[in-house]
Amino acid sequence: MLKSKPLVWIGQVLLYALFALIIGTFSSAPKYQHLTPDQALIKLSFSHLGKHIATCHQRTPEELAKLPRNMRAPMQCQRERSPVSVEVDLDGTLVYRHVAQPSGLSKDGASSVYQRIEATAGEHRLAIRMKDSPGDSAFDYKRDEVIHLKPGQVLVIDFSQEKGSITLQ
Amino acid sequence: MTANSLDALDAVRSGGLLVYRQIERCFDAPFGTALNPWRHLGALGFLCFWLIAVTGFYLFAMLDTSAIEAYRSIDWLTRQQWYLGGLLRSIHRYGADAFIVITLLHIIKEFLLGRYTGFRRFSWLTGVPLLWFIFISGIGGFWLNWDQLGQFSAIATAELLDWLPIFATPLTRNFLSVTTVSDRLFSLFVFIHLGVPLLLLFGLWFHVQRINHAEIFPPRALSLGTFATLLVLALVAPVVSQAPADLSTIPAVLPLDWFYLFLHPLMYVSSSGSVWLLVSIVTLLLFGLPFLPKRSQFVAPAIAEVHADNCNGCRRCFDDCPYAAITMVPHPDGKPGQQLARVIPDMCASCGICTGSCPSSTPFRNVSALVTGIDMPQQPINDLRNTLKKSLAALEGDSKIVVFGCDNGARVATLAGKDVASISLMCTGMLPPSFVEYALRDGASGVLITGCSSSGCAFRLGSRWTEARLYGEREPRLRNNVPRERLHIVWADHGEEKKLLVALNEFRRSMAAPNKPNGII
Repeated sequence: MLKSKPLVWIGQVLLYALFALIIGTFSSAPKYQHLTPDQALIKLSFSHLGKHIATCHQRTPEELAKLPRNMRAPMQCQRERSPVSVEVDLDGTLVYRHVAQPSGLSKDGASSVYQRIEATAGEHRLAIRMKDSPGDSAFDYKRDEVIHLKPGQVLVIDFSQEKGSITLQ
Repeated sequence: MTANSLDALDAVRSGGLLVYRQIERCFDAPFGTALNPWRHLGALGFLCFWLIAVTGFYLFAMLDTSAIEAYRSIDWLTRQQWYLGGLLRSIHRYGADAFIVITLLHIIKEFLLGRYTGFRRFSWLTGVPLLWFIFISGIGGFWLNWDQLGQFSAIATAELLDWLPIFATPLTRNFLSVTTVSDRLFSLFVFIHLGVPLLLLFGLWFHVQRINHAEIFPPRALSLGTFATLLVLALVAPVVSQAPADLSTIPAVLPLDWFYLFLHPLMYVSSSGSVWLLVSIVTLLLFGLPFLPKRSQFVAPAIAEVHADNCNGCRRCFDDCPYAAITMVPHPDGKPGQQLARVIPDMCASCGICTGSCPSSTPFRNVSALVTGIDMPQQPINDLRNTLKKSLAALEGDSKIVVFGCDNGARVATLAGKDVASISLMCTGMLPPSFVEYALRDGASGVLITGCSSSGCAFRLGSRWTEARLYGEREPRLRNNVPRERLHIVWADHGEEKKLLVALNEFRRSMAAPNKPNGII
């Protein structure tokens, strides 16, 4: 224990100052370099319902008659949906490929994808392919475009249900 | 867990404890033991919470809780009303930073002192979720500002949460464009930043449930010092917003608050899964610590025993117990209104403070075997009286001194000599004040009382209650007719035996002096 009053005060002030220095410094420093200054970000994000695995079946009048009255839906559809496949090429190189499984216990929900793709700013050729139908058929949706990315820009690749196409924003 | 792992844990703990003790002593020099911040970490944490809450009320009143206007309202506070709103905003932020630092130090300290098991298990376990609440409410605060830092943190948090397979639609889709960030989403931000602190407050209340006389405010001088520090920091380096959030861009460089947002960079250099693994491991370790197997040599100390015939239901033990381990129940003698103390075994710390508070613990009672109302089986009050008598009888010389100390403070056995009898108690708070008078009447020239420093008592309140009882401020009081110059109190922690020896020699000299000083306590 320090006997001298001034020394006690000086000691306390120094220790409080050290505490303030630690708090003040690490509350905003060192700066975090998230991307290099010449980088941009492409975000691939969609939440899309794949097509049903099997085509719906139109019930015949006989089949309907066998059902209780409250369950006589004319169409019989399986709930399970197809997974959604997506591929992204940047300047001719495949940078992302993913098969998104439908959500839900019955696999009847939307398939979701979220992926960050870092790219240098400038001109790029971007190609996106997406498939939401079952089987080995070709991709259902395609988009191939030359884009110009500014430093720090975020380009979002999405799927518009209304337009039925891949969108860039 | 293997014996080797437990050994390693013990080695880490004892090594860390040595370092901690050194740091604590360094702070004792300028602050003194009573105001040493290391001895009030829990209370300082509370102080930070109060500061955050009070400043937060004003900020919330001034905040426009819409996605578009939130940034503008906070920026207006910072720039146009810097002398009030800006200052409060900075204190709010720095207070939150201090809160997390102090909380982490508090956890480390309690771990090093082994205060996570036995009767302290409840406080430890209820403390773990609080760490989550602090981080969640702290991180949520950055989003409300909706500047580039808030945008970065909100998106990074959404990416982290999306790793968990619980959301039908990814949360990150809320941050794809300006149109997706709605006022409704902002209401969720507000709910997180207000609701989780309310949970935190409830959790804090729960956390101190088994702590009697919990210190939820540090000593005034320490509170003022801490507040002044944050105020000066707020004036010197006011917190300002970054550029407004713009979801079509991403900032390359960010002035990150590393106290709260360190998980985001960690996620980007590793993965969301790694971060979840890390936080899960840390959480499980913290939760699991109190359940580690006990060492083979560890024997749980006996708990306090109530002797109904000698308990008059005065409630002093109920008031003095540091861990709320005593309840009062109807006395079996059937007298209306008469109560009896009952010990809750899981909560008893075996400190003996209850014995020191019991009016039946007086050694002057004319019974061959002294039985008190509430006693410690491992050091019964009758044994204490017998030990005192025997020790006094064996003393030689002109100044016969009896030293009462505690097992957790400076070791009093080192002082024993021809004219000094030393008696170590489980806690100094176990000493009934009447024993001082008894020792003086039985031939002692003086009584020296020691124990852990007042703010570092191993059982929290032992030194405080002892001092209050001897000063006559708390029952059972030391009687007024006891000459105060023949009593000396010196608080000394384990390892401060030299300090104790110096105090003893001074006491001996003062008693030998022709003009004995008054009021030596």
